[in-house]
Amino acid sequence: MIIVKELHKYFKDLHVLRGIDLVVEKGVVLSIVGASGSGKSTLLYCINALESIDSGSITVDGEDVHAKGTDINLLRRKLGMVFQQWNSFPHLTALENVALSPRIVRKLSRAEARDVAARRLEHVGLGDKLNSFPNALSGGQQQRLAIARALAMEPSYMLFDEATSALDPELVGEVLDTMRLLAEEGMTMICVTHEMGFARDVSDRVAYVHDGTIEEIGPPEQIFGEPNSEKTRRFLSKVR
Amino acid sequence: MESSLNFFTGFKFQDLLFLGEAAVRTLLISGISIAAGTVLGVLFGWLLYEGRIFASATLAPVLDVFRSIPLIIQLVLFYNFAPIIGLSLDPFACGTIVLTVYTAALAANVARGGIEAVAIPLRRASRSLGMTYWQDMIYVVAPIGIRAIFPAWVGVALGVMKDSALVSVLGYIELLKASQILITRTQEPFLILAVAGAFYFALSFPVARFADRLEQRWSQ
Repeated sequence: MIIVKELHKYFKDLHVLRGIDLVVEKGVVLSIVGASGSGKSTLLYCINALESIDSGSITVDGEDVHAKGTDINLLRRKLGMVFQQWNSFPHLTALENVALSPRIVRKLSRAEARDVAARRLEHVGLGDKLNSFPNALSGGQQQRLAIARALAMEPSYMLFDEATSALDPELVGEVLDTMRLLAEEGMTMICVTHEMGFARDVSDRVAYVHDGTIEEIGPPEQIFGEPNSEKTRRFLSKVR
Repeated sequence: MESSLNFFTGFKFQDLLFLGEAAVRTLLISGISIAAGTVLGVLFGWLLYEGRIFASATLAPVLDVFRSIPLIIQLVLFYNFAPIIGLSLDPFACGTIVLTVYTAALAANVARGGIEAVAIPLRRASRSLGMTYWQDMIYVVAPIGIRAIFPAWVGVALGVMKDSALVSVLGYIELLKASQILITRTQEPFLILAVAGAFYFALSFPVARFADRLEQRWSQ
């Protein structure tokens, strides 16, 4: 379970997150929607400590992410992350991309790591691209590679930061399908997304973030059907 | 009547061996300096990258001094200054130290460029996979950065190899000094400088070719 309490975050003078409270239970798919610059990506980065926080707390399975004594590298293994830019390692093949952290972080043997990597790549539909270098893969394939790479650490949670925003429109579908597959398998997911269709169909809960606070959170039927907040209604009428 | 006494003798086979031996010395002094200077340079480059304000206020100006002052002046100054501070160094040691520092000053900026060549989002991705700072450095930043700066580094290395000729002013008998000695004796500067040039070429060319090969393999 991920619990965010009274989270505040500044970028210099800019108050990006203004008191976020959020609970994500195991098995839940949470979509976070909102305008650009509303702080939703920053929230995600705070959860795995790629960004520091100014006050409040975040705990993952009871462990305080930003506490001094926390082994953040150990904690990050639980939190797979997929970015807007797919960030493939350009000097490694698809298989090596995925096998690298299992080998050096989880300390698996070379053979075990390759096994894990091959299975994960098959899982995301790249079983025939094991030995391709990233520059020979499409954006959609590279993003699926990034998903496989995160999954190879056997995370308990997956964080998606606008995973389809940088893709050509015709490549969005394959990545969303992969995310949908993960959701069906019961993965706990937090997806910052602009894909309203995905948010509506796949998520258990949807949070609308406005100006660094969670304006409204609830099941997709509520958010997309009868939002309580006028701001939510206005945002959704603009993006649809 | 016999013509005046001849002080000069022609270019002989032994002279070629003499030049070959000198070429080995050139290879030795530049090899050591390039290796040690690169190691130091990588360390300095990392400090420049991570140290930010502190390093750019302290280390960067020092490196700038070594990069900007002509090598020949550094050599002469250091060679004459060393005994004053109680170091008794032979020309080889002096030359090696100065060349090493010079290489380090050049390589530091190349190395910093290599680290900067790896985009921050990519490094965040590797950290998000649970890699430590050093795992990210070794397995992600180094291989990508090295590929990016390799041509620049080869340029530095070949430059230093040629610049090692300046150590001749200290009396270390490397290629250029050996050539001067032979020119004085044989009075055949064209021939001897051409042979010395050929030796320099023979030292550089394989390195350049090897570098090209490596780059081709990386860019597959």
